Amino acid sequence: MVNIKIDDKDYEVEDGLAIIQACEIAGVEVPRFCYHEKLSIAGNCRMCLVDVEDSRGLSPKPVASCAMQVSEGLKIYTKSERVKNAQEGALEFLLMNHPLDCPICDQGGECDLQDQSMAFGYGSSRFDGDKRAVESKDMGPFIKTEMTRCIHCTRCVRFSSEISGNDEIGSIGRGHDMEITTYLNQAVESELSGNVIDLCPVGALTSKPYAFSARPWELNKTETIDIMDAMGSNIRIDSKGLRVMRVLPRLNEDINEEWITDKTRFFWDGLNNQRIDKPYKRVDGILKPTSWKSALELAKEKISNSKSEKISALSGDLVDIESIYALKKLMKNIGSDNFDCRQDGSRISGPPERWLFNSTFNGIEDSDGCLIIGSDIRKEAPLLNSRLLRKSRDDEYKIGVIGFNNDLTFDFNFLGENPSIVEDILIENNNFCNDLSSMKKPLMILGQGALIGKDAQNFQNICIELAYKFNFINDDWNGFNVLHSAASRAGAMSIGFFPSGKGMITEEIISNYNNNKLDLLYLLGADELNLEKNDDCFVIYQGHHGDVGAQIADLVFPAAAFCEQNGLYMNTEGRVQESIRSTFPLGEAKENWEIIYLLAKEMSIDIGFSNLNELRNQLIEEFPIINPYREFEPLPSPKKDEFNKLNGHQFKRIIDSYWQTNSIARASSNLSKRNNYIKEENNR
Amino acid sequence: MTVRRLADNQDINFKFDNHDLKFLNSLLENYPKDKKQSAVVPSLFYAQRKAGGWLPEKAILAVSDFLDMPKIRVLEIATFYSMFNLQPSGDHFVQVCGTTPCWLRGAENIKKACKDYIGQEREVSKDGLCWIEVECLGACVNAPMIQINDDYYEDLDYESTVKILKDIKNKKNIIKGSQIGRKSSEPLERD
Repeated sequence: MVNIKIDDKDYEVEDGLAIIQACEIAGVEVPRFCYHEKLSIAGNCRMCLVDVEDSRGLSPKPVASCAMQVSEGLKIYTKSERVKNAQEGALEFLLMNHPLDCPICDQGGECDLQDQSMAFGYGSSRFDGDKRAVESKDMGPFIKTEMTRCIHCTRCVRFSSEISGNDEIGSIGRGHDMEITTYLNQAVESELSGNVIDLCPVGALTSKPYAFSARPWELNKTETIDIMDAMGSNIRIDSKGLRVMRVLPRLNEDINEEWITDKTRFFWDGLNNQRIDKPYKRVDGILKPTSWKSALELAKEKISNSKSEKISALSGDLVDIESIYALKKLMKNIGSDNFDCRQDGSRISGPPERWLFNSTFNGIEDSDGCLIIGSDIRKEAPLLNSRLLRKSRDDEYKIGVIGFNNDLTFDFNFLGENPSIVEDILIENNNFCNDLSSMKKPLMILGQGALIGKDAQNFQNICIELAYKFNFINDDWNGFNVLHSAASRAGAMSIGFFPSGKGMITEEIISNYNNNKLDLLYLLGADELNLEKNDDCFVIYQGHHGDVGAQIADLVFPAAAFCEQNGLYMNTEGRVQESIRSTFPLGEAKENWEIIYLLAKEMSIDIGFSNLNELRNQLIEEFPIINPYREFEPLPSPKKDEFNKLNGHQFKRIIDSYWQTNSIARASSNLSKRNNYIKEENNR
Repeated sequence: MTVRRLADNQDINFKFDNHDLKFLNSLLENYPKDKKQSAVVPSLFYAQRKAGGWLPEKAILAVSDFLDMPKIRVLEIATFYSMFNLQPSGDHFVQVCGTTPCWLRGAENIKKACKDYIGQEREVSKDGLCWIEVECLGACVNAPMIQINDDYYEDLDYESTVKILKDIKNKKNIIKGSQIGRKSSEPLERD
């Protein structure tokens, strides 16, 4: 700790902080454009100039506070006449070549340059020469560019090399002719590219899909969470009337830091397309609109006419925990144990520590090595990939990959694609063993793709054995991690929405469906199934998009999407967060839990709750792990179990196309544009 | 200076052959093993020489391949330094120094000679001549001066510049260095 003085007030701050950080802690505002906490320091905007005074006296000229560290006894002046002059000068130079087209700029109202010109600017310009004009660049379907507005802070350049890791954006030319661009106007390929829109302090990089559609002050802001992947990123949904206009990240150091993926940022137009807004029932092979009353009556009739062991239910990837719990209760009441949440065929089961990300995301910072098994981590959790990228900058940090040899933006040691390599490592018959045994806190990341198939349990047991053998699990470290890619999976698993003992798993349900052995199938937002229409089985689909599930359904219940209802989700770490309603359900659609409640009521089943609060209280009482208000604690280490030699176990790729992993994403034209863009680039 | 872009006409074959790679690998020995990209400037310079005095896109890609660097980072370097030509520069690339000492000693006349004899700045003439104005080339004591490919021609005036350019065109031998017969930069005898 060092003692410093900021504007004649005493503060004690941590050693090694930049002056600008110390000022932030002290609550003194220092204007800045290029400085960003999560990026390296560039020091090129000169906006954060302050005066410093040490034992040798006042500095001869103002210093850039982002590029200078605090030291004992340093006196900092942020509001002196000279500082004010310097800042006004810097701003006047920045504005010299800035077009001042705020009325037609999308950044207007949330622009750093606008705000800081008001707060720190000179008020008028003495420049009467010709302004510089720069060609706008093509950066793909997400980022709109207006490069005349660029002030060359290079935040986007640093982001692309340090956080997204693709090194796609750079600055060509120099001085007056410097331009920010991608390589010859190629589209940005990173899954995190949208973050440069937030980073850009001016309107040079703005969102293309959101262009000219709203001003920030007319939006309703809802702080909620994202369900496009299983990380549970914290987001803010901005809506206007009944429409979601855009999605922005929220700071959460434990999960997403400041970033979100492009899928999260741009899925929102999918909420307006392909929506199911009223109940439908199949008449003569065609789905026709019907009323809630007749839909519920039909469902009741079909359920009561089916044998309970021939009724089964599957839950999808976007469903909240409450409605899965409600469906489980309904199924139990009907007398069926045939329900499963693992629609991709994953065989995870057992206590939570066997299928959660035990080290937590922050644990990655403490780790000193990593072994990724059967996971295409860049597609399954791009933000996790970015954390690993940060760690991989350290030469000592070794990353081994078994399974898929894809571009992860960092260098790794590819050990092979066969799961049996894990067995080899276990008997120390692999080159990577030397690296592994030198690690004290390594991470093991098991993807869902590694846990599909008959031998999955056995494979997981081998991995746990391996975890104990090397330091993945020891007395004060639990680095055994399972990575999910479906937002609702961890939550559904923790309330036991999978058959234990009796009951059919997904694979059996599907084969029974195909072999006409099923009477009734209830799909709760389950769209990732490859099923053909089968007239022998009555299919009820409850969901918000006319996607794969609705196509094979005989009866469709319109439900709210995740941002149109309150609901709990557990992320892959086991952290429970609440998704908050930002807009209302479309048309006649109802909230998910309510539909199941109404169905139970129709069937005269006492399901034990009549509103969301009662349901949630019951749920938390039965499964305390779901309590969103509990302190987030690490879980115990998974127990060793018996295992055999692997028998034809194979890794399976669970994500083919990153941009089309769920029904909302598939309905989004933003994301499909992006998807096609990649295809076109590949063909070229 | 104007905005520097890659040339429109990229119709040139470019590939590092074994001989080139041998030289480039010897360059790498000057730098730490894990800091390969330090060799980007000498590699680009070598590529420019190989391609005939300018950098086509293929050369930039070849260097980025050789040094395992992202393409955009190599492009940044190539566009940053004005000594990398992104446009074809002819067989005889004339760089006219226009910085203060040369300018005071009559660089404007040299530029006029080039304009009269070669044509517009940056345009390659039929004879394979091309000229541009550059910043100080560091031979101020012999100002004004020009650089043609690798050699300096000093103590020029309008006539001597035209003579040099004519001699190049006619494939005659020309004297390098001072054009008034002094040795390096020895003092001039005043009349």
